Amino acid sequence: MKTVRISDDSLALACGADAVAAAFAAAGCAVERVSSWGMHWLEPLVEIDGHGFGQATADDVAEILTGTSAKAIGSIAEHPFIASQTRLTFARAGKTRPLSLDDYAASGGWEGLNRARGMSGEETVAEITASGLRGRGGAGFPAGIKWDTVRKAQGPRKYIVCNADEGDSGTFADRMLIEGDPFQLIEGMAIAAHAVGAPHGYVYLRSEYPHAISRLEAAVQLAAPIVAPFVVEVRVGAGAYVCGEETSLLNSLEGKRGEVRAKPPLPALEGLFGCPTVVNNVLTLAAAPHVLREGGAALYASLGIGRSRGTMPIQLAGNLRRGGLFEVPFGIPLGELIEKIGGGTASGRPVKAVQVGGPLGAYIPPTNFDLPFEYEAFAAADALIGHGGLVVFDESADMGRMARFAFQFCAAESCGKCTPCRIGAVRGTELVDRLRLGGKPAADTVEALPQMFNARKTGRSRDEDLGLLEDLCETMKFGSLCALGGFTPYPVLSALRNWPEDF
Amino acid sequence: MNPPLLSDLIARHAGREGPLLPLLHDVQAAFGCVSAGAEADIAEALNLSRAEVHGVVSFYHDFTAEPDRRPVVQLCRAEACQSRGVEALVPLAEAAAGGRVRLATVYCLGLCSVGPNARVGNDVHARLDGPALVRLVEAAR
Repeated sequence: MKTVRISDDSLALACGADAVAAAFAAAGCAVERVSSWGMHWLEPLVEIDGHGFGQATADDVAEILTGTSAKAIGSIAEHPFIASQTRLTFARAGKTRPLSLDDYAASGGWEGLNRARGMSGEETVAEITASGLRGRGGAGFPAGIKWDTVRKAQGPRKYIVCNADEGDSGTFADRMLIEGDPFQLIEGMAIAAHAVGAPHGYVYLRSEYPHAISRLEAAVQLAAPIVAPFVVEVRVGAGAYVCGEETSLLNSLEGKRGEVRAKPPLPALEGLFGCPTVVNNVLTLAAAPHVLREGGAALYASLGIGRSRGTMPIQLAGNLRRGGLFEVPFGIPLGELIEKIGGGTASGRPVKAVQVGGPLGAYIPPTNFDLPFEYEAFAAADALIGHGGLVVFDESADMGRMARFAFQFCAAESCGKCTPCRIGAVRGTELVDRLRLGGKPAADTVEALPQMFNARKTGRSRDEDLGLLEDLCETMKFGSLCALGGFTPYPVLSALRNWPEDF
Repeated sequence: MNPPLLSDLIARHAGREGPLLPLLHDVQAAFGCVSAGAEADIAEALNLSRAEVHGVVSFYHDFTAEPDRRPVVQLCRAEACQSRGVEALVPLAEAAAGGRVRLATVYCLGLCSVGPNARVGNDVHARLDGPALVRLVEAAR
């Protein structure tokens, strides 16, 4: 009997994988549901003896089985998209059954945790520090320093909190990892717990990911005896984007409004319920198992460039011919990701812009595509890599509209705690609208009222409005409590500077 | 099957750390909303003020004050789906939805390489074009 491997990742399901799997089962094949390879343009991807067929439909079954299908892509592992990657965090992608403890153990699972348990917490943290691993949520803070702060902190209890509130558009690596390799995240949390001495961990997972929630809950039950006495609990978000910010996430876990807290105190010292807390992104914690393996830290540190060590699971999304998950060492040029790996736009039209790092990331024009993918180079170019998501736009994109959307999104998702974000986002939307509708030739009705002593009685030129927009962005950037208000100026100003004709 | 009693739901969560959000999720799922009456009962049980509970309920998009029994189609309209043309589909979806289906905007279902995407219940749908989205809206129950 032929064994057919088809992903049950929610992206594959959304593309119709269940119908394809049922058709193969009806044809007498043994169907194995595995994680996704991350070649999203080919989903549903069917794998038979290492060879791939995509996008497969139920109608293709007969031809695939007789070897005459035009959808054959040859060996999956040798496909350029896979062969050119360095997969550490996603080493199991496409290869294992997500909830199989046997598959996990057979592919090096629990090695990192077992090795860490033979070491002290201090030695475990030292391995993380030596690897150069930085937080993958966006800020890129060195994980070793954070863990060491929590390890040394005094508190009645300590917590490990996994930030799985992956709200950025264009990012799906957390979802893929949780759905495809959930034990790796649990092992990473257990390693962190051992390193800092925390008995309890929470995963804060967004409610927009129903498949990931059920998958992780099942995995937590299966892995409970292995990670004991450490206890992991899954908590589900409630649709607030801002809860991806670590302090608002902590408030949400505590059962409060997801409002941002001022820092200091750092969550590492006063986090969940006021106790020392490690808050890390899914990908950061999921890197811990392979870093802690024998030689893992040295391998990790040997990859990447500058202060950006190791690999980054980059998410190729938007208007791209070959979208998917691409894990490589830091330093790959942006243009190579878009043109060579991604194959240019899906629509076939020229690329106009790429937004890197989610809704708060800058829009980068093709003239900047030589930018190497790493934290410092992006920061120097007034951009951020964030969670590593790339959203590509073709020439039909209206960048003025995208700038307006950035403000509108910020207004919709602002927690309301600080003024620059809460009010600035609304005023910003109005200002972009005004610019795009031809400005303000005369004072408005309210300004013209006699009692409005300090209001201006004349209109505003385009240059004055643009100056006002820059001013507003500066206030938001430096005056906001968290990245939502603080980074919304990035997409706005990058759109304005590179495509002023769209405003 | 009878819906669970509010008091049972409260009892199920009351002993946990940070019980409010999981409890509100269960209440929303069971009753389709978190009513003012439920807020008062929850506040009493968890030793919170009604304002605190109402503040939480009104903060999160997932909780509503009144039930809406219509089927919901959540359409992603974030940047990645915009770059793949979701905005052009919105008028078609709205027309198909009419008053029968609630068409909600969601910011990101995490399927950003194969958009436009939508979610109905716990099922997700990708690579939607106009006709596919209209069929999805019309089939929503």
